[in-house]
Amino acid sequence: MITISVNGQPHEVDADPNMPLLWAIRDILGLTGTKYGCGAAQCGACTIHLNGEAVRSCVTKLGRASGQQIVTIEGLSAHNNHPLQLAWNELDVPQCGYCQSGQLMSAAVLLRENSNPTDQDIDDAMSGNICRCGTYQRIRAAIHKAAQLQREMVKI
Amino acid sequence: MNKLNRNIPGMKKLVYLAIALFMIGVVSSSFSIISEKKDNYTLMPKDSIGSAKAFMSVYKVLMSARCMNCHPSGESPLQGDDNHIHTMNVKRGVDGKGVYSARCSNCHQPENTAGLHMPPGNPKWGIPPANMRMVFQGRTPRQLALQLLDPKQNGGRTKAQLIDHMAKDDLVGWAWHPGDGRTLPPMTRSAFVSQVRLWISKGAYAPGEKAK
Repeated sequence: MITISVNGQPHEVDADPNMPLLWAIRDILGLTGTKYGCGAAQCGACTIHLNGEAVRSCVTKLGRASGQQIVTIEGLSAHNNHPLQLAWNELDVPQCGYCQSGQLMSAAVLLRENSNPTDQDIDDAMSGNICRCGTYQRIRAAIHKAAQLQREMVKI
Repeated sequence: MNKLNRNIPGMKKLVYLAIALFMIGVVSSSFSIISEKKDNYTLMPKDSIGSAKAFMSVYKVLMSARCMNCHPSGESPLQGDDNHIHTMNVKRGVDGKGVYSARCSNCHQPENTAGLHMPPGNPKWGIPPANMRMVFQGRTPRQLALQLLDPKQNGGRTKAQLIDHMAKDDLVGWAWHPGDGRTLPPMTRSAFVSQVRLWISKGAYAPGEKAK
């Protein structure tokens, strides 16, 4: 039995510690917002936060997450009101939407560490998240917008 | 009784001699332990040709993909036997472990992930930090030898620590256990370490300017 904390809730998972964490999140816990893309850490669709880092859950073994803090897209904010989610809505970023939860989870780490990222910072942080629809320009604009919202929230 | 009394000064001498020999033994053995810890190589007669020749073998390993890919001249690590820039153009970062949401350990696990083209792994996965870049890519044998010997460019290592790093560091050792589909360096690790030791033992000479 492996204990993991997902979105603040402890879970006992009866599974092989070598199983990808993504399997546990989606198939055992039923949190299907995190997507399977490539299974090889090449696309970023499965990005979750493991102790605050934007980890690729498709190649992360369940055993690595034992006793650790996991946040999925479902837990990014309590009321879908993370500055990134607000900006994503405002700029209508997604097209098909499949990669977007991974994009948001990666962008959240960027904004946590850099409240006013440049285009280069965004490229450096987000280049591991692929979007087949090519929404990159809107993603970049939304991250700038979210950074602005985040700074305004801090002022208030 | 008289005979015994006469022998006492002789006995005392023997006891003093035994104590002295014991002390010499203790002191010299403790020195040899310290010496082994400090110098994990034996100094040989200086031999610039033999030393530089040994380094050329070392150089071949260091310039192989498994070593050089993590010692790039630019700010991104390299991949593959053709030393192409790492997909996603991932960046070194201050600590050599990546930046923001593109940290090395986000994809690279504590061990290799099984399968072709899957991320290799090690608990210390990363490249040298920004303040100690330890570049191999593009260095000539002479440049690399001098760089490796310079504590200001080699992470502050003495020659003995350099040997230790090559011989024992787990991340260096990954090169000989690189996971599915990756070529190995051109010699075994023990053969490599023997050449490193030979290079240093014979005087740690850098090959000439024209050596390739």
